[in-house]
Amino acid sequence: MSAIILFLAVLAVIAGWWLSHQRLTAKPWLEEGAVGDFPGGDAMTWPAAKVGLGVFLAVASALFVLFISAYSMRMSVVDWRPLPIPRLLWVNTGVLVLSSVALQWAYVAARRQDTESVMIGLLAGGASAVIFLAGQLLAWQRLGAAGYFVASNPANSFFYLLTAVHGLHLTGGLVALGRTSAKMWRGAKIAEMRLSVELCAIYWHFLLLVWLVLLGLLTGWTDDFVDICRRLLS
Amino acid sequence: MVDIPYEGIEGIPPAEVPDVELYHPRSWWTRYVFSQDAKVIAIQYSLTATAIGLVALVLSWLMRLQLGFPGTFSFIDANQYLQFITMHGMIMVIYLLTALFLGGFGNYLIPLMVGARDMVFPYVNMLSYWVYLLAVLVLASTFFVPGGPTGAGWTLYPPQAILSGTPGQDWGIILMMSSLILFIIGFTMGGLNYVVTVLQARTRGMTLMRLPLTVWGIFTATVMALLAFPALFVASVMLLLDRLLGTSFFMPSLVEMGQLSKHGGGSPLLFQHLFWFFGHPEVYIVALPAFGIVSDLISTHARKNIFGYRMMVWAIVAIGALSFIVWAHHMYVSGMFPQFGYFFATTTLIIAIPTAIKVYNWVLTLWRGDIHLRVPMLFALGFIITFVNGGLTGLFLGNVVVDVPLSDTMFVVAHFHMVMGVAPIMVVLGAIYHWYPKVTGRMLNDALGKFHFWVTFLGAYLIFFPMHYLGLLGVPRRYFELGDTSFIPSSAHSLNAFISVVALTVGFSQMVFLFNLAWSLFKGEASGGNPWRATTLEWQTPETPPGHGNWGKELPVVYRWAYDYSVPGAAEDFIPQNQPPRATQLVQGAAS
Repeated sequence: MSAIILFLAVLAVIAGWWLSHQRLTAKPWLEEGAVGDFPGGDAMTWPAAKVGLGVFLAVASALFVLFISAYSMRMSVVDWRPLPIPRLLWVNTGVLVLSSVALQWAYVAARRQDTESVMIGLLAGGASAVIFLAGQLLAWQRLGAAGYFVASNPANSFFYLLTAVHGLHLTGGLVALGRTSAKMWRGAKIAEMRLSVELCAIYWHFLLLVWLVLLGLLTGWTDDFVDICRRLLS
Repeated sequence: MVDIPYEGIEGIPPAEVPDVELYHPRSWWTRYVFSQDAKVIAIQYSLTATAIGLVALVLSWLMRLQLGFPGTFSFIDANQYLQFITMHGMIMVIYLLTALFLGGFGNYLIPLMVGARDMVFPYVNMLSYWVYLLAVLVLASTFFVPGGPTGAGWTLYPPQAILSGTPGQDWGIILMMSSLILFIIGFTMGGLNYVVTVLQARTRGMTLMRLPLTVWGIFTATVMALLAFPALFVASVMLLLDRLLGTSFFMPSLVEMGQLSKHGGGSPLLFQHLFWFFGHPEVYIVALPAFGIVSDLISTHARKNIFGYRMMVWAIVAIGALSFIVWAHHMYVSGMFPQFGYFFATTTLIIAIPTAIKVYNWVLTLWRGDIHLRVPMLFALGFIITFVNGGLTGLFLGNVVVDVPLSDTMFVVAHFHMVMGVAPIMVVLGAIYHWYPKVTGRMLNDALGKFHFWVTFLGAYLIFFPMHYLGLLGVPRRYFELGDTSFIPSSAHSLNAFISVVALTVGFSQMVFLFNLAWSLFKGEASGGNPWRATTLEWQTPETPPGHGNWGKELPVVYRWAYDYSVPGAAEDFIPQNQPPRATQLVQGAAS
């Protein structure tokens, strides 16, 4: 459970930093007065949807970190046999990076008010995300064909489970991306769509980061890394 | 109350956050059924939670019938008894208390108390309720599937939860996991709304330190729930896979019905870590809203500002943070590395400090207050006493050496029900008596309310105090019947019968409350907008019950904290949060 505790500690630091700007030491019983009299502590000026996405990303991270905690605890049991990672995953990773880059490009274009580039970016991002998902399914198929079934070893179970959870999150993102693209297609103003494009891009970067962490975990790099850290400490 | 036009005052910046675009219902269906108005969603949540809670209440009667009069009721067998235990616990903790405090009170009170028109994502909020309803229906359906609901205990520990021999192994456990997964998805949608509404949609002047403690409690509890429920989600998904696909996340290799099972190597302890990583914060997810609400009830009905507001806020945040590092005190007898136990015992005892601060502050708020013993106040006082009682036995159980012998006895049942059953329910009932006038525009009947309080309060003590004694005798929990056990005296059996009679009486007295709710809706005395003469914003709405959009044309502007009761020199013994300082002085001048 050390991964989730570490994650919560990071969240606690962020929350503590935010709270420290909210004048929690004020004495509200003495502070009667108009709105401008006592600075600080007002509602945020960010758009609500952006804060909402931020909170959601914290929840989704907690979910993934808990899966990782379970992974690391289950891994220490003797019956764990790491499975060979299909080469295809590296191609998929490249596609997901492209997807993220395309959406970032769409966001930059949205800031420049360049409608056409935004459309291209959104479509390219969406298409490469779909290719990524198809690639993941293909990887599952290959593993199955090679005899690595979901229940035959805990390492396999976790591989299928983690890729599935990540894939489902990406599918959810595709729904949001589809809605944004549809609105653009019907000719919504670029200024209104800028926020949606930005949120999609943020979500994609987040899922790319999660995927890289999971990949590190599944290929065993994380173990070596943790080992090196331990040795440095001791 | 003085109406302040937006532009009429110098030095007030224009609203920086544009109003949420309001959703307008077009038909009866979208107004009352598929509504996106937080107030309607709150009522839907509350009614659904109460309905499934009544099922759990009936289950507790059946358990008490069996425990009090073993062998008398042939329609209860050992398997059913385990199913009743499981469903009673799960429903009460998750589907009733969590849904009611966050989905019910959260939805109703957050937008009104912070001066918002609605939740920030009304559509997601509506979806949250419908997913919750689906979760409840899936849960309720387990009563009708072959094999019945699962009887694994509300903690659902593997391996026994999914082995044959445990009742409900066929469908019950699968549907229970699915229902939990749905509940968590639904809650996350709602929870995003509650958090972002508090962060983003506060009206002008409503700084964090001017928030009523109810909002602080619900806000912090929601943040905790958003981070803790994923642990239950992970545990549920993995257990479901163990059951359906034969994976071995949690399942060790074992002999099942004389045959070696297909599982192997899994760690039951891993499930317990995940479950309690959710399970312990869950206690405070229920307790923190109760803390917040009770602070407001006490302050309002004692006509006195809350003592130590800042300390109350800090304590809420501290309890929220600490509750994530105490989970393993539920696992002293699980075969953990023993020295872990002492670490968790220490953190458990540390959490008593902020909690005790809160209790002292409630008592000091009452000190020399102008206490009105109205029904909400009675329930609030009942809560404080019960919470102290339940909390003290928590100190017993938090210590490893005391917990080990008591862990599997009725003592735990008594402790748990005092601190997490009776105490929050006291707050729920008090809060309903307090806010019912705002929701319906009518008062609940006072005589019936006082009767309801005394029967519930005294009854709860008659039920759960003797249970501590039974636990110290060594009467085990979870047992279908005790049989002829030499160390259990016959007086314990009489005591069990007595508890059962009281439990049935208290259970039936809740019907008085339900009758009161229904009767007062039509025949109750009209309450007016602010019957308790309270300061917080929800009592200052132009209409009662609050109309669509809550505030009429303009949002309120906040000039003071939420607890200006009995301010020296003021004309009235309360000053609403949206009353400007100038107006107070004018009234003072007129008074002198």
